[in-house]
Amino acid sequence: MTTRYTEDHEYITLDGDIGTVGITHFAQDKLGDLVYVEQPKIGRALKQGDDAAIIESVKAAAEAKAPVDGEVVEINQAIVDDPSLVNSDPEKAGWFFKIKLSNKAQFDALMDDAAYKKLIG
Amino acid sequence: MSESAENLSRTPLFDLHVSLGARMVPFAGYEMPVQYPLGVMKEHLHTRAHAGLFDVSHMGQVELHGIEAASALESLVPVDIVGLPVGKQRYALFTNEQGGIFDDLMAFNTGSYLHLVVNAACKAHDIAHLKSKIGSRCEVKVRDDLALLALQGPGAETALESIAHDSAIPQIFMAGGRMTLAGIDCLVTRSGYTGEDGFEISVPNAQCEALAKALLAAPNVQPIGLGARDSLRLEAGLCLYGHDLDTSTTPVEAALTWAMQKVRRTGGARAGGFLGADVILAQLDDPSKVKRKRVGLKPEGRAPIREGVELQSSDGVKIGIVTSGGFGPTVNAPVIMGYVEAAYAAAGTKINAMLRGTPTPVTVVDMPFAPHGYKRA
Repeated sequence: MTTRYTEDHEYITLDGDIGTVGITHFAQDKLGDLVYVEQPKIGRALKQGDDAAIIESVKAAAEAKAPVDGEVVEINQAIVDDPSLVNSDPEKAGWFFKIKLSNKAQFDALMDDAAYKKLIG
Repeated sequence: MSESAENLSRTPLFDLHVSLGARMVPFAGYEMPVQYPLGVMKEHLHTRAHAGLFDVSHMGQVELHGIEAASALESLVPVDIVGLPVGKQRYALFTNEQGGIFDDLMAFNTGSYLHLVVNAACKAHDIAHLKSKIGSRCEVKVRDDLALLALQGPGAETALESIAHDSAIPQIFMAGGRMTLAGIDCLVTRSGYTGEDGFEISVPNAQCEALAKALLAAPNVQPIGLGARDSLRLEAGLCLYGHDLDTSTTPVEAALTWAMQKVRRTGGARAGGFLGADVILAQLDDPSKVKRKRVGLKPEGRAPIREGVELQSSDGVKIGIVTSGGFGPTVNAPVIMGYVEAAYAAAGTKINAMLRGTPTPVTVVDMPFAPHGYKRA
């Protein structure tokens, strides 16, 4: 499994042709305590850069964008029931949704771990 | 407001905030702590359960000296200042000729002068206004040499006691006087802006850090940032100037008529005589002249609804706007304040907030959202 990152601080971990999408530790720290998550509908076709999920922290509203084109195949209901999971464990239990990739080249073009670490300093 | 880092001011607690791990942000021309490592949610809940210490030194402190100070100030606010007893504080509003509000403030009668606390973003304008309008009737003394701390929460009294030694603590909400705290001479009022019992402490800049450290060493006191200050005041139904109040809003529209004592209203001994009195008293005397009102709103769902969101009637007509909105950690639900046309202002009225373009049901509710913890007699 390989993980790639966007400039908007989403991550996507690829397993076969299914990517698990969430927001990075850096992103959750910047947003502060999350109080509300609205997930995309299962089956929704997303284009890279589309607003996929709505995220609200005590401070501000934000979106998790689709890192690649694809179809939403699963959502993590646990973060809807308890948004604080995204703060406490963003890159494991706090994942957002799974997407079936339709264009793997988009995934390969995203930042790898080293490039993302450089971005966030 | 866009502010570049180089022209921002710092309070005397800047170094302490940084050493406590605060995230500093520009606010009203100052570098202020928005949150500490605890985070907004836990800081908010800690204040409601125990006690929180807030640096509010960016606010302006101004003294009015002279025999005419109280009556002079009454020409600028629709509030009973002449009748304000020694050792008591009152919430007040600076009005303009149109009856709008250009700042809210606190006025405390020390017995020898009036001590005012005004908003940071408005202080230059407020001071100029005081000097030009009443500077000939009283001395307007700007106290840039004073810092201001707020200690808020049900544990505030215990924390204050721990450094007060023999100094007498003001016993009820809005009472105050001089105290010696950790050996430092301070002006203390039993007040604040979180809805909780607590104190605001005016202290010389040079001794502010020592006092803050003494208070942080008291049991169960945590430093609290501006993020939680905002959610605390919103849950308490308290207005934030520039958001819930502005120059186009009258005190009647803002549902602040409780701040206007009878003596300044029609038929009172000192009725009117403040800027915009014709507009404001006419609205008080004839409710049909009040076109819109500030209300509390509660959505059915859990999505926060924020400032600027349009409010519509069920048939899709714009009837108002959200002026403050966010998530209330204590009520564990979104909390919203806004203005609606008078016909929609009664508690229980169902309207829609246009959240990301979708009509989202909200109900007009009484405020505060979280009960006040003020210590009354």
